[in-house]
Parts: sequence; C-alpha cells; structure tokens
Amino acid sequence: MKSDNIIKLLPYGPEFLFVDKLTIISSERVDGYYTFKKDEYFYKSHFKNNPVTPGVILIECMAQIGLVCMGIYLLNSEEVSVKTTVAFSNSQVDFLIPVFPGEKVNVVSEKVYFRFNKLKCKVKMFNEKGELVAKGELSGMIKKYEK
Amino acid sequence: MTSEEIYIKIEPIIKNYLPEDVSKMEISRESDLTKELNINSAHLIDIVLDVEDVFDIEIKNEDLEKLRNLNDVINLIKQKTD
Repeated sequence: MKSDNIIKLLPYGPEFLFVDKLTIISSERVDGYYTFKKDEYFYKSHFKNNPVTPGVILIECMAQIGLVCMGIYLLNSEEVSVKTTVAFSNSQVDFLIPVFPGEKVNVVSEKVYFRFNKLKCKVKMFNEKGELVAKGELSGMIKKYEK
Repeated sequence: MTSEEIYIKIEPIIKNYLPEDVSKMEISRESDLTKELNINSAHLIDIVLDVEDVFDIEIKNEDLEKLRNLNDVINLIKQKTD
C-alpha cells in the first residue's frame, strides 16, 4: 500500500491534517513528515504575538503519522481499502525543543504491538536540523469501520 | 493453579487499570469488567496483555470476546495453563 493512498484514507479535514508524506511504511515502522504552515489557525492565539506550535498539535502530528497511518497500513495489508475508525487512547510524550511556524518535522514511529485492535508505538519527532523535538509512546484503537 | 491462586495474581492487574471513580472494593469475580468496573476497551487489552505475561499464555481474539468478568478470566487461564 502506497503512502498517498494511506493519506487519502485519513479521516481528517484540511485544517486538522498534519501529514504531508510518508517516506517509509511497513508493518513495523513508519516515517513521515509535515511542514507547519506559517498561517496555521492556532498560531494567532498560541501564543498572543509569539507563535509556537502547541504541544497537543505536535502529539496530534505524531499520532496521525505514527499511529493512524500505521494502523491503516496494518488493516489494509492485503491492499483492500476499508474505512477505519480511530480512537486515541493514551499518550506519554516529552517535549524537548519548540517548533515554530514554517518548520518541517520528521516523525519516526516504531510499533511496540498491534493486538486486539490496539496499536502502541514509540514515536519520535525531529526538526530539520535532525534534533529530537519530542518523543514518547502513543496508543490507540484502530478498527475497520462498521455501521 | 487453583482459582484462588489465580485471583490473587490478577487482582493487582485489575486495580492498576481501574478508573479513579470506581472503588477497589467493587472488584469481585462476578463484576462485569466494562459495565460495572467501567474499564474501557483500551485498558481491557492492557489487562489481557499483562495476564499473558504473568501467566505465560497466549490469548486469542476469540478468547477476548468471551471475557465478561473475572470468573471468565480465571477459567480461561485455567484452561490455558492446564
């Protein structure tokens, strides 16, 4: 399954999609990147006159690439596209360096386990200089969508 | 292993994932894990993975579907460790 197909299956609208491209995708590891646009809607309020990417948005970016993209890949390993339902269940993340408007971040995610539809990953985020921006463990429930 | 020995080993696992608003006193062999103890589906899987480690067994998808209360968990462990 190709990177672009996975991104098409992501359930987010344009203002809340934090994935540009996946560079590696396998059942064990996903690498991807996102460039924060200078005019993302949250910069005008976080903070007033001092735009910094909120930590929750960094977690969201790490989860979209590291958990959701990998989950879609794992559920669609036979190249059948199915709709997925995702629920974020746990995060433990350390933030080390701030990310400013216009910065590109690379996310590297390694699977810890995928069992009973629960996916747990170790996820790291790096800036363009290759410095570790954030790291942690994220888990979520990923299921085929059933009406 | 007797049911009692198994129960002593799984009780601390359950306590670990019990929501803050549920008293530890409410844990019994009959209490429904999701409906009465209010354990969410993600934590139910954490419990199953911990049970696998503690008892060195493998639990399958179809086993998980049958687990409602601690008696079910105890019976499953007995069956797998026989």
